[in-house]
Amino acid sequence: MFTKLLHKEFTLELRRKSVISGLVLYLFSTAFICYLTFSLRQNLITPLVWSALFWITILFTAINTIAKSFIGEKRGLTIYEYSIASPVSIILSKIAYNFFLCSLLSLTGFGLFILFLGSPMEDTTLFLLIIVITSFGFAASLTLLSGIAAKANNSNILMAVLSFPIVISILLMAIKVTKNCIDGLDRSVSWDEILTLLAINCLVTATSYLLFPYIWRS
Amino acid sequence: MRISWWKIVAVTLLVYTILGGFLFEVPRLNIVNETIRSLYFHVPMWFGMVVMFLVSTIYSIKYLRKPSVSHDNFAVSFANTGLLFGLLGIVTGMIWANYTWGSPWHGDPKQNGAAIALLVYFAYFVLRGSVENQEQRARLSAVYNIFAFGAMIPLIFIIPRMTSSMHPGSGGNPGFNMYDLDSKMRMVFYPACVGWILLGTWISTLQIRMKKIDEHIAELEDEKNN
Repeated sequence: MFTKLLHKEFTLELRRKSVISGLVLYLFSTAFICYLTFSLRQNLITPLVWSALFWITILFTAINTIAKSFIGEKRGLTIYEYSIASPVSIILSKIAYNFFLCSLLSLTGFGLFILFLGSPMEDTTLFLLIIVITSFGFAASLTLLSGIAAKANNSNILMAVLSFPIVISILLMAIKVTKNCIDGLDRSVSWDEILTLLAINCLVTATSYLLFPYIWRS
Repeated sequence: MRISWWKIVAVTLLVYTILGGFLFEVPRLNIVNETIRSLYFHVPMWFGMVVMFLVSTIYSIKYLRKPSVSHDNFAVSFANTGLLFGLLGIVTGMIWANYTWGSPWHGDPKQNGAAIALLVYFAYFVLRGSVENQEQRARLSAVYNIFAFGAMIPLIFIIPRMTSSMHPGSGGNPGFNMYDLDSKMRMVFYPACVGWILLGTWISTLQIRMKKIDEHIAELEDEKNN
């Protein structure tokens, strides 16, 4: 069931090309605005400013991407899925799909940032790894929140309000490792943060897995 | 008022805390000086907050296992009191920091973590405000409560320990021995913690009873209108 649902997510999404291209355009505009703003004066982008801009862009893109996994869904489709699939396989397939989409967009974002603002990274491989791990954290935590927000009124605002405090611990760790990557420190220095990130990912995935059946039922 | 023994204990302990906290002798330390007395009022707020949030989460879990209005009431009221404790903790901390660190907000990891924890629970109340259906509100907020508590664990208990901080005992084990808490201070500090937690429980139970009465009144009015 899990693979079938995953397959469904991919086919549906590829059919709606406007969504993906919209997200890529969103990412592009943000990176371009950063570039335009900072091109007014050269040398203003210190590595830490770069990291702040990058993670803000990625955070907002991730929230916008994942928010639509439940919020935009048609009511009929939800009821149909409810009748044929178990909630557990639904949440897992959505998390897997969002993970894929999120890492794709974050990596694209990294590419765009290199293009416009240059790369301050000393250790690019580790940074790519961090992007992927963080994307998983975003996907796991935001998918459940999107499910919650979809049931409430003014869901788009609510999505942002609910998700900020939750993803902050993931983001803090990512930012810390980013700084290590920029400084080109030895990888053993970042080991603690990476482990914490992985642990947070496990925690969030496990709670999503346990809690989703309850919101699905309503 | 329903009298129970633990309410008397709470009042006694808090009176003792206030008297002892202001009058007993404290160690003279540089910079900290007399402000060390804030320990009896600032630190127990965080203990209280964590306990209140924990109880709230437990009732949310109970709600999901067996939905009932009273479980939801418990969860909300304890979250409410936890929020109150958190706010008081931040305010007392800012006053203390103003005297010892030089300014009220220092961007200390623990300060930031506490602020984010409060954001989580503000979001919880925003969520409750934006769902109309009572049953759905209770279920969604219970799910969010559990999820948020899970996400708060690394924020409050793990990350501050990994970074350096101006709070005592950070960047390692923040156990209380690191506080150099001398035995005289312990004699006030531990009763203070228990006292504040009991007071928090008392406030929460009052809220729960008020909610029950409100519901009862609403029911009676419904009957009258029919």
